[in-house]
Amino acid sequence: MATIYSEQTPRAVSPSQTDDTVAHNAGAPGSEGFALPSWLPWLGGRVLSGLATAFVISVLVFAATQALPSDPARVILGPDATEDSIRVLQQQLGLDQPILVQYGRWAARAMTGEFGVSLDSNVPAGQIVADRFGNSAALMAIVLVLAVPIAFLGGVALAIRRDSRIDSWTMNAVILFKALPGFVLAIGLILLFSTTVFPILPAVSLIDPAISPFLQPLYLVLPALTLILTVAPFLLRLVRSAMIETLEADYVAAARLRGIPERRVVWGHAVPNALVPVIQGIALTSRMLLGGGLIVEVVFSYPGIGNALNAAIELRDVPVIQVITLTMAVGVVFINLLADVATVLVTPKLRTSSRPRLRAGTRAKLKLKAGGV
Amino acid sequence: MSSGLSTLRRGPQARLGFAFAATVLVVALLGPLAAPQSPLGLVGPTYGLPGEGTLLGYDYLGRDVWSRLLHGGRSVLWMSFAASVIALAAGAVIGIAAGLSKRWIDHAVVWGTDVLLAFPDLILVLLVVSMLGREPWLIVLTVAISFVPGVIRLARGVTLGVVSQEYVEAAKLMGYPWWRIVLLEILPNISTPLLVHLGIMLTWAIGMLSGLSFLGYGVAPPAADWGLMINENRAGLMIQPWAVLAPIAMIGVFALGTNLLAESVSRAGSRIAVRKGVKSRARTLMRGNKRRLRESQS
Repeated sequence: MATIYSEQTPRAVSPSQTDDTVAHNAGAPGSEGFALPSWLPWLGGRVLSGLATAFVISVLVFAATQALPSDPARVILGPDATEDSIRVLQQQLGLDQPILVQYGRWAARAMTGEFGVSLDSNVPAGQIVADRFGNSAALMAIVLVLAVPIAFLGGVALAIRRDSRIDSWTMNAVILFKALPGFVLAIGLILLFSTTVFPILPAVSLIDPAISPFLQPLYLVLPALTLILTVAPFLLRLVRSAMIETLEADYVAAARLRGIPERRVVWGHAVPNALVPVIQGIALTSRMLLGGGLIVEVVFSYPGIGNALNAAIELRDVPVIQVITLTMAVGVVFINLLADVATVLVTPKLRTSSRPRLRAGTRAKLKLKAGGV
Repeated sequence: MSSGLSTLRRGPQARLGFAFAATVLVVALLGPLAAPQSPLGLVGPTYGLPGEGTLLGYDYLGRDVWSRLLHGGRSVLWMSFAASVIALAAGAVIGIAAGLSKRWIDHAVVWGTDVLLAFPDLILVLLVVSMLGREPWLIVLTVAISFVPGVIRLARGVTLGVVSQEYVEAAKLMGYPWWRIVLLEILPNISTPLLVHLGIMLTWAIGMLSGLSFLGYGVAPPAADWGLMINENRAGLMIQPWAVLAPIAMIGVFALGTNLLAESVSRAGSRIAVRKGVKSRARTLMRGNKRRLRESQS
């Protein structure tokens, strides 16, 4: 009975339709599996727009650090430096040249991964970031690997039990954790787990740089827990509202009326259609992790790029500031690109059209909806 | 909106949020009048514990924590209000203009917001503050700039929804000048989502500004400020926890209160709160009343 009306096997029901969409990729090998995907031109355009964004970001970073009315040489040397030493440093940094020449040189060097020498420690700035980046990436990976499945399963479960007691209690807890700023949460956890109540975990992450951070899990627990507690509520809420919206759609009601088991309705019909906001939400999450990670890394003295940026800003170490902000912002652009590609791939309507149009501002809207930072 | 306000008053969440936020507001605004000591005076032993004459003990220099707590709220309050209001004003103007203007200008504005949204908010603010210095107005302005893209997106979206309505068309046909259409036809109809967003931005601003002063980029050191107090006394967490716990509690309670308020306002503003059951029950009641009225008349 069910198979006659089921939308589970559209290919078998209408093979001619799927063929139509693939057929216009002329010149592709005959087998369907090897046909060039029709969204490839869109991907090219999207990559170009991402590159343009990265270019504007590099201009912004350069402008903020070298072209603002404040003189970097004066900022670096402090208020009571002599005019001579300022002039020497200006020459060293190339600040006596016109601003466009400065940007051209800086960008050309940046393209080759050469960002100049840290003013503080005489180590190449790129080297500092490379050393610290692994630690931050490890922390982010742990947070995402734990937070995304928890939030996803929890969100689906809560959407099914909408308005039950568990749901309302969890939503209250979500608001609580969403409201607390990251450092409040971090110090609260330190008070709870490393000083007064249960003194079991280290308050400071003294990670040995020679060994992979994954092998020193004790130092990762508190920073990761703080970030999970800031990120998971946001995602959980996103999944829950997306699922509630989908579960109220007509096709879900139709599937239920056809007598399809509830489990299959939820996981086979509703979840795939609730994936888009979740993917964009994960992209937003990684942006939150980069910003929120800075404060958490500072609180726990975790040797990541956030902590390095904080130290560099305190010392006015311009090359390090430039390379870290640039890495973070370009990283966000790249993650957004990946999220857009994933969105196109999971949405059949977008995947098969030759000109997929993501609704503009999906991310901005999600950000408003979930109230993230 | 009146029905929204009445549901707001009835909601326990909104009440709790209002109580929290109002408590912190009162402490921050009237606190300096009630402080027993000067916030800068060295009046006790370093990391002195709470005892006689001091409610919360002394901090790392021997200043009275309770007096500093009462003095330390004003900065984060006015700065977060100012940043949100500036961001709302600037973003609304640009967003409405983008929504009304030609296609390519609109596209350029949207793309510009995309670029700014690629910076993690805190990083953008840190970048500017570290290079230009930490005058309060500068911090307020940078935080506002980091919020503007979101407001632009929102204002543009709701403007596009309103512009195609008949009453705007009618106003255009009547030959009204553009500023009259914007001020009297469009603005009143998009003000609700914008004001809801103001509340949300306020909660972000509190988190970000207290975070900034915690990192040491906010108010300059001798002054009293909650975020700064946490940072200063963090080393003595084991000896004198109150010097850290008290300002953390204030920031936490304030953030929670404003969040609860913003949540319930936004729920009252959107129509999610009206559940089907409630609506249909109201309709049944109304029909019953009408029938009774008709019967009594006949």
